[in-house]
Amino acid sequence: MRCQYVRQWRFDAGIWPCAGDDFLYNFTFNHRSLLDSTVLGPLKNDMATTEALPETHDSHGHDHDHDHPAFLAHHFDTPEQQFDSGKLGMWLFLVTEILFFSGLFVAYAIFRSLRPEVFVGCSEFLNTKLGAINTGVLLFSSFTMAWAVRCAQVEEHKRLTALLAATLSCAMVFLGVKAIEYSHKWELGLLPPALYFYNPANPHHEGISMYLVYLSIPFAIGLVGLIVWFLISQVTGNAFAVAVSKPLIVVFACFFVGVGLGTILESGESHDSSHAAAHAEGDHHDSDHGAGDHSHDAEHATDVAATTHPVTGQPLGGADSAILQRLAKDETNTGIRGDLVARERQGEVASGGVVPRGSSSSLGMVEAIPREVNTRSQAGVFFGIYYVMTGIHAIHILAGIGVLIWLLVRSVRQDFNRQYFGPVDYVGLYWHIVDLIWIYLFPLLYLIR
Amino acid sequence: MAAHAHSADSPHREGYDFAHPLPVWGLALVFVILTFLTVVTVAQASFDLGSWDIAFTMFIATVKATLVMLFFMHLAFDKPFNLIIFLSSFVFVALFVTFTLSDANQNSGKLEPVIDEPPLVITEAVAATP
Repeated sequence: MRCQYVRQWRFDAGIWPCAGDDFLYNFTFNHRSLLDSTVLGPLKNDMATTEALPETHDSHGHDHDHDHPAFLAHHFDTPEQQFDSGKLGMWLFLVTEILFFSGLFVAYAIFRSLRPEVFVGCSEFLNTKLGAINTGVLLFSSFTMAWAVRCAQVEEHKRLTALLAATLSCAMVFLGVKAIEYSHKWELGLLPPALYFYNPANPHHEGISMYLVYLSIPFAIGLVGLIVWFLISQVTGNAFAVAVSKPLIVVFACFFVGVGLGTILESGESHDSSHAAAHAEGDHHDSDHGAGDHSHDAEHATDVAATTHPVTGQPLGGADSAILQRLAKDETNTGIRGDLVARERQGEVASGGVVPRGSSSSLGMVEAIPREVNTRSQAGVFFGIYYVMTGIHAIHILAGIGVLIWLLVRSVRQDFNRQYFGPVDYVGLYWHIVDLIWIYLFPLLYLIR
Repeated sequence: MAAHAHSADSPHREGYDFAHPLPVWGLALVFVILTFLTVVTVAQASFDLGSWDIAFTMFIATVKATLVMLFFMHLAFDKPFNLIIFLSSFVFVALFVTFTLSDANQNSGKLEPVIDEPPLVITEAVAATP
């Protein structure tokens, strides 16, 4: 008689005795104390599964233990059954993850289909270099994770620990680069609608962002704590703690590697990215004021204003030709003529860094003119979507770091073998789905033109 | 899995030898291809393909996702049931996206136009400008 059949039963309360041909089973959920203790054998869980014939129980129990290695939960017949059950559960969880993220992708798709120009304008503020670096880092971590699963399967314990540490390090580099991206945008005021305060004429932020410091504090505390733990366990001679803390110190230090990497790329790229539109519009003067001194701030501001104002410097742009077409159809429409003049004037004002929004809408020709996207309900909504999508993805990375640390501890303990590598495999699946989502996020957010 | 159930260096019992380790060179090859496709999609961003832009980047992303699913996530060698479950989620995602988008597109004309002012220059900036 296998226990697994009995365990399928679930009752709210009480005792249900039932008789078979040879056995008497007592099913109970929470009334074990009411049972006759003489019929209670050594139980493995709270639900009493009692077999009335002691000799059968003994022989069964012996056979049971022989069948069941320590890693095999007693309700599974074989390690393969246990592995497949866990894997099925993991796939179901991943389905819920896909459906969960699909809501965010739908929000993205709707807003982009409604306002494509907002996405083009705002994507200029996302540093493609940093996004591409992070994509590469995540892909590499997926590779090390897949390799780690192989190591667990072929019982290469040392290499498994090393590869889990490598995966964790990549995750930390990713978060470090992300911290740079986030803090840079927060300083600029590129925030969700309620908090959005970006204006190209605002003074340039210099030095280290306080937001970056806030984001780094948890990782700094973790790093210091790990170093202290490592030193203590070194002194007390706790070899296991040393073996765990040593790779984790490297892992946490990698957050600051990511921060450094992001700082280098961001400082090299910040002029390029904010001047991207200026390049596109034929303004190649940014090399003159690329030195980074304060004197170029005003000039810089005008370029950014041009970035966010699609009208400026595009004499043959779509909107302009639309106006001209309407003008050709209706020569007498002085409103359109006035609109053209207003558009030119607005372009001049925009190049001065100030864009009065009302001037064009008062002409009643709003539909023909591409709107200024640098407003709360346009760029603000884009950055709201950006922060929710990348932020929830980053939270998934954090959760992945948590379970990977758990795996690393167990791998140092050499828990995994060719019949029991499920946890590594399941965490690997989760890690790959996080990578999968980034594979879509990167082109959708960073590569819009 | 059943094909691997009776290999030499294992207890000869069904359900005990089911591990299917992938060769490292295979995983490395997948990683190299994924990196190459990332480079392609970044390089593509500097060429204007017009409305094919989004289709191209999404095609590349889907190729990458398929590679990750088949090899890193082991679906190419897994029980087909897992694959069916996973792919079924995309069916529902497709339904979700198409119906919501078509609804949004049909009704977007009724939405209020977005007309708002850019944020004001913060006061320090006004003080700083000569």
